[in-house]
This record gives sequence, C-alpha cells and structure tokens, in this order.
Amino acid sequence: MGRNGKLSNIYLAVVFAILYAPIAYLIFYSFNSGGHMRNFEGFTLEWYREVFADTRLLIIVLNTFIIALLSSAISTILGVAGALAIYHVRRKRTKNTLLSLNNVLIVSPDVIIGASFLILFTMIGIKLGFTSVLLSHIAFSVPIVVIMVLPKLQEMSPTLMDAARDLGAGSWQILTRVVLPYVKPGIFAGFFMALTYSLDDFAVTFFVTGNGYSTLSVEIYSRARQGVSLSINALSTLLFLLTVLLVIGYYFINRRASRTPAGRGLRP
Amino acid sequence: MQSKASTRNAYLIPYVLWMVLFVVAPVLLVVYYSFFDVEGNFTFSNYARFFTPVYMQMTLSSFWYALLITVFALLVSYPTAYLLTRTKHKQLWLLLIILPSWINLLLKAYAFIGLFGTYGLTNSLLEVIGIGSQQILFTDFSFIFVSVYIFIPFMILPIFNALEEMNPSLIYAARDLGASPWLTFRRVIFPLTLTGVKSGCQAVFIPALSLFMITRLIAGNRVITLGTAIEQHFLVTQDWGMGSTIAVFLIIAMAIIMFLTGSGKKEVRNGKKRKAV
Repeated sequence: MGRNGKLSNIYLAVVFAILYAPIAYLIFYSFNSGGHMRNFEGFTLEWYREVFADTRLLIIVLNTFIIALLSSAISTILGVAGALAIYHVRRKRTKNTLLSLNNVLIVSPDVIIGASFLILFTMIGIKLGFTSVLLSHIAFSVPIVVIMVLPKLQEMSPTLMDAARDLGAGSWQILTRVVLPYVKPGIFAGFFMALTYSLDDFAVTFFVTGNGYSTLSVEIYSRARQGVSLSINALSTLLFLLTVLLVIGYYFINRRASRTPAGRGLRP
Repeated sequence: MQSKASTRNAYLIPYVLWMVLFVVAPVLLVVYYSFFDVEGNFTFSNYARFFTPVYMQMTLSSFWYALLITVFALLVSYPTAYLLTRTKHKQLWLLLIILPSWINLLLKAYAFIGLFGTYGLTNSLLEVIGIGSQQILFTDFSFIFVSVYIFIPFMILPIFNALEEMNPSLIYAARDLGASPWLTFRRVIFPLTLTGVKSGCQAVFIPALSLFMITRLIAGNRVITLGTAIEQHFLVTQDWGMGSTIAVFLIIAMAIIMFLTGSGKKEVRNGKKRKAV
C-alpha cells in the first residue's frame, strides 16, 4: 500500500506541476530584465511599468472590463427572467424544448457562435465594434445564468409562494420579497460565471470585433503572433492575480449558497 | 389566477426574444448562407466542394486530431480524478485542478510558445538529459500536448463527480467476493463511471474539432481543423458561403456526438465547462 501511495502522489504531483508550469513560467519571466524567456538575467519591474505606460493597452483593458460588467449584468437580468419563464412553464414538452434551446449556445463550438453572430450582425446592420461584442457576450452568457438560477428555483418550496399569496402579496411582491431573495446565491453565481466567461472569451469576440476595437484576448492573440514580449508576461501576472481573486469570490458565494437556506427548515 | 398567467407570459417574452434572435436566427442564417457563393448567387457548389478530397481530408484529419486529443486527455484525467477522490482535502485539490482553467486561454498558449521554443525550458531540459535540442514548437506533438493541457480539467471534473456519486460499498462487495483490484476496476468502477467519461469526452471532442487559435499559435498553421477552415473562410478569404457549409457539417457532427454520448447538461455547475477555442 505504501509504495502504491507514493506512486499515486508522484503522479498527482506531476499533473499539478504540468498544469501550473506555464503560469509559473509567465510570472517568473515577467521580472526578467533580459527581455526574453530564455534565461533570467536580473530582477526588474520595467515590464510592469511598460504595461502601465501603454495607454492603448490600458484602454483595451478598460474595454474588456466594461464589456464584462455590462454584459454579465444584462445577461443576469435576462437569465433570471429565462429561469423564471422555464420554471413557470407547466407542459413538460415545452419545458424540455426551452431547456435544450438554452443549451445550444453552451455546447456549440465558439467558432460557430462567432461566425453565425458575424452573419447576424452584418444582416441586421449592426456595426462591428463595441455594440456587436457586447451583444454577443450577453448572448452567450444568458444560458449560463439560466443554468445557475434554475436549480435554485426548483429546490424552492412552492408552498412559500402560496403562503405569500395567502397573506395578500401581489405577484410583484412575491417576486421581489420571496423568490428573488431565495435564489440570490444562484443569481450571484450566474453573474460571476458570466463575468469570467466574458473576460476569457477569445473566439467569439475575435469574429465580431471588426477594426479598431479590441479586447484583451484578441490583443494578446495579435501580440503573441508577433513574438514574445515580456509586457504580456507582466500583464498576465496581473490577470492571474485578478483571476485568483475572482475565483475566491466565486467559491465564497458558492459555499454560502450550498449552506441550508433559511426557508428550507420550514419543509417537513 | 388571471394575474398568475399574465406574469408567466411576461417572463417568457424577453427570454424567448433572446432565444429567437441569438439561438434560432444564427443557426438558420448559417444554413441560409451555405447556399451562396462568393458573388452572392444561389448555388449548391459549396456542398459539392465539401465532398472533394481536399475538404474530406481536412475533415478526417480534424476528427483524427480531436480523437487523439480526447484519448490522451482521458488517459491523463481518469487516474487523476481517481487519485483525487482518495486524497484527504479532495474539494480543495479539485479546486486547484480547476483553477488554471480560469486563466485566460490565450496566456497559457502564449506561455507554451516560450516553454517549447528553441531556447525554452523544455529544450534546456533535453540538453541536460543529453537528448539535445529539438524542434518542438510547430509540430503535431506540441499541438496535441497543448490541447490536452487545456482540456484535462474539463475531463477530470465529470469523472471526479461520477466517482464521487458511486456507492463505495459496491467496491467492498467486489473485494469480498474475491475480485482483484484490476478486475474490480474493470467490472465495477469503470462501468459505473461511464456517464462521467462520456460527458467528459463530449466536453473535449466537440471543442477539439473546432480549435483554431492553438493551431495558429502552437502548430504554426501545420494543422488545419474544421475550426481553422471556418475562421479562414470568414475572416481571411471572405467566402462566407463555404465557411457556412463547413459550419453546417460541424453542427451536424456535434448533434451526432451529443446523441451518441447523451446530452451532458449538468457539469456546468461546478466550474467552467469549456470555452475553449
């Protein structure tokens, strides 16, 4: 057993080492004064200074965040409406149709989403740029929010709503005072998920950006094609820190969500 | 009762509108565009072109690469998921496995350009061992390695969940009845986790068919997948008709794979599902 345990630990260690190698590599060389990723010549913060002096890059970072925040806020609203719509549908057949249509954008390859949105925006006459990127990010985030909110709705006891109605609450009051507070953890999880999807997306954005407008992924792609530049390393280190913060935030919310909600105790 | 019915409709309106505009319409538009050539004339020639040796070969190699990537990802992920369920703080370790998948994909691909480059870490290691410097970047090896790297978290997650759902008393029973560990694995553990394996394969195979960023950055345009071809037709040659035709076939392939592996809807919950390129 001891030998087996050792072997499996080595296996896991190797998997972890490979998973983190590229990230560690990027961070390590972001402090290299040599200007390449070959050997470490000396410690410097020059590349970080370069990132903060690059106005174009900063505008792109700002664009990326504006798109991410706006699209996840709007898709959260749409997604909550969608989850409520699916929840209220009585007929099983309609419900399943809605659910499978909802999953189309989750499972389809990004290239197809990107290409089909490019056709759509050109047909409707939406200029490629901020609007098209925002709309497509909203489009692919909505189903994710639905999937995060729907299980929370389904685990809510319907007697809660009946009780509220018996006590004289109107439908708006039931929604804002009973339903939304109950599914709040799911809404937050959906919002965070949409946020990370939007920040991470490359393929869809690449199709619908057009000229002159760019988000971080697209920018990194075009810079990486030109060769190695350590300011990308510095930028990725900053992004890694941000991602870790986001993940911690997301898991914190998720953990709170998995604790027994107050209303559940009422159930027999 | 009247008010209840009207609120139900009110929720449906924005959601169905979104669905029609961004789910139904785009698919229909792709199908519509596949019947037009570069000049905008109605034609079936795109479909005829798709069945010529050039495109058939590309489709086959795309499937072959996707298959290789899926198999390697499974070979790495299954033991990892299995060993993870045996660790003490398994949820924490799982989170650490998932964490790299939240880092922007482009950055990881970019890091591999450095790692696999002529003067990169891998080649320095090969020098030290005595094998000597090799051309790693822009080869099939680097393409498959990086793709597997990107997909393993999405394979580990469903398998881990399937292993967790399994009733451990079944393993004890098999052991009591005298089954060897290997036999227990083959006859009890693996069949019971097949749903996880299936949805893992689905989560890897479909995006692997349509990779295009990695083929350009890591494989140096040597590998052409269906995804690369679609991107090429849409953004470089501007032949949207042909691009749409390839997209139609990719959608059909996707539907068949979903049908064969069962629809995997639930794994989105514990982390990101794919969002690969």
